[in-house]
Amino acid sequence: MKLHTSNGYANRRAFVSMTVAGALSVIARPAAAAEPISFGQLYSKFGVLGLEYSDRIKALAGKPVSMEGFMAPPLKAEANFFVLTEIPMALCPFCSSDADWPDNIVVIYLGGKQTFLPGGTRISVDGTLELGSWTDPDTGFLSRLRIRDARFRAA
Amino acid sequence: MRKLLTTLAAATMLAGAAQAATVYPLSRATILVGSPFDFKVEFNSVVKPEDVKITVNGQDYTTVLGKGDFVAEEKGKDDKVLGSAVILRNAKITKPGKYDVAVTAGNETKTVTWDVFETSALPKAKNIIFMLGDGMSVAHRTGARLMSKGMTEGKANGRLAMDDLDHMAFIGTSSTNAIATDSANTMSAYMTGHKTAINALGVYADRTPSSLDDPKVENIAEAVRRTTKKSIGIVALSELEDATPAAVVSHTRRRADKAEIVGMMFDVKPDVVLGGGSAYFLSKDVPGSKRKDDKDYIKLFKDAGYTLATDKDELQTAAGTNTGKILGLFHTGNMDYAVDRMQLKKGTVDKFPKQPGLVDMTKVALDNLSKNPEGFFLMIEGSDIDKASHPLDWDRAIFDTVEFDHAVAVARDFQKTHPDTLIVVTGDHTHGVSIIGTIDDTKEATEGRERVGTYEKAGFPNYEDKDGDGYPDSIAVTKHLAVFGNNGPDHYETFKPKLDGPFEPAVKNDKGQYVANPAYKDIPGAVLVEGNLPRDEDTGVHAVDDVVLQSAGPGAEGFKGYMEESDVYKVLADTFAMGAPAK
Repeated sequence: MKLHTSNGYANRRAFVSMTVAGALSVIARPAAAAEPISFGQLYSKFGVLGLEYSDRIKALAGKPVSMEGFMAPPLKAEANFFVLTEIPMALCPFCSSDADWPDNIVVIYLGGKQTFLPGGTRISVDGTLELGSWTDPDTGFLSRLRIRDARFRAA
Repeated sequence: MRKLLTTLAAATMLAGAAQAATVYPLSRATILVGSPFDFKVEFNSVVKPEDVKITVNGQDYTTVLGKGDFVAEEKGKDDKVLGSAVILRNAKITKPGKYDVAVTAGNETKTVTWDVFETSALPKAKNIIFMLGDGMSVAHRTGARLMSKGMTEGKANGRLAMDDLDHMAFIGTSSTNAIATDSANTMSAYMTGHKTAINALGVYADRTPSSLDDPKVENIAEAVRRTTKKSIGIVALSELEDATPAAVVSHTRRRADKAEIVGMMFDVKPDVVLGGGSAYFLSKDVPGSKRKDDKDYIKLFKDAGYTLATDKDELQTAAGTNTGKILGLFHTGNMDYAVDRMQLKKGTVDKFPKQPGLVDMTKVALDNLSKNPEGFFLMIEGSDIDKASHPLDWDRAIFDTVEFDHAVAVARDFQKTHPDTLIVVTGDHTHGVSIIGTIDDTKEATEGRERVGTYEKAGFPNYEDKDGDGYPDSIAVTKHLAVFGNNGPDHYETFKPKLDGPFEPAVKNDKGQYVANPAYKDIPGAVLVEGNLPRDEDTGVHAVDDVVLQSAGPGAEGFKGYMEESDVYKVLADTFAMGAPAK
């Protein structure tokens, strides 16, 4: 059953492009190349009682990574993060409240301002991988897997 | 633009001389005698408490209902003042009859009438099995019969289990704020006897922004707990927090309050709870959780004496443990469609390969609940009929209807040995769907539409059930049902069952509009079907058409003619004598 959009749930996705204001300073990255990770490598186990991070993901926590995916619109226009998804969110017909995100999303906090690309563009994100639940103070959005100080480009 | 129109409408309304206050329960409410409900009056302006006059059947309301709290100013969005209010929680009327409620304050006035009903003195049945095919329309039933039983020379080669339920009624499904409807307000009406607004469960929808402060009405789980010692069971293929199972136990204006709904389910503690949606049971630190707090409902249920089952093997083990309480969670989200679970292995079956089916869950629930000599109320939902109908995946929706009917057959078998059982089989709303003939894949044609057989060219489909399990061996036969929806977004009609995974008819473009999903464009024979819904609708929508309810067993004689969904609750309450006259 889909939720009905008359209560405004879907409005957050009704934008074309925008800029994101993040932290002003862009942290210098180490010269070491970022480890590429993919959605398929995030979890070693899917189960009713929870998902399990793969050993590779656990080992990469706090380290530079790069990841490809699709940019989903943020929860609120003023949010300083966006959601990276495996498939374009347009292919997720039931995603109409923040509870309905797929379970394998990664939240991206940008290191500096960047102009968003149109939805459906495959992007590559570089940044520092962070694990553990964290509630965004501005929006209340709870994430468990993040890439911080991130930059992105069209893949 | 919408906001501007709303503002204009509000301004026009305010210009009128005498304003109407709003009273909850709404006029023509049917209230089970002795059931607790919240009484609320909303004034459109700020009034003085001494100016408020409320009478019930001519008497000051406090003598009939008790004294409510006066709220000088209710606040809306951005602290906008909405007006004054009177709120009385947990009011109760102990004498059946007609109740006229008259409200005045300043130039605001409103009169409503309630029907407080009592029930038979003695129960008619010990058990009720309430089976809801979500979105189940006439075409789903016809399709299930054709697909699983076949047809020869115009006569069905077999009957569905639901075909032999001997009482029936047409059911009106509309909500309090629209002729249209969703699975929250519809199931809420069945489970409380009160109609409500779209997306609301167990409450009337008031004007304040909070979704958890709306005027509550008693739901059937609470009524069963209040008036009987019966057990309660909930079985669904959806998330257990989804609208239909949630309506049995919860109170919220917004069905999306899924984390809170788990808490409400825990408060009621149904004896058997089987379905999907474990993500809302897990504390926020567990990957896969959809909670925003640290509550671990798996642990809380276990501590409350529940045996946990997470796949079909564990379900069988739990069924034998005799604890009396089972929590079965078989998916983090919605369980997969029957045809994916049983045959195609698409969807998320690779991640959750050992999901039980609706039949397994129904059997375990009945075995367990029937151990209570006092009887039980069991709600079983064929959730995926609706979930497949939204994206216009009619083959999946019909296959799920076949599975639902197998669960009905299990209930009917139970009824043979337990004749003191009422079975109700119904939908909560319909879809705009019809079967119009067959599609012949062997016919050479560039456009798929030329393979559609109508009238005598339709002939008969060639589904087979060689293994005799009551399901078609495959939905990919050469002559399959031609099923079409009457509404939807732009999409490509492929004229074929979707064997590679559930249909995703439309995708959002960069203007935020849903357009035909190009993934289906190059399937041979596919044609573009232009949508007839606003471009922000991603899938087909519910129909306003009546639902057909069928029933058998003691109490079933209460179902006849046309009934509102809220009237169905009267029959359920009467069957259990939950409003028996005071002795």
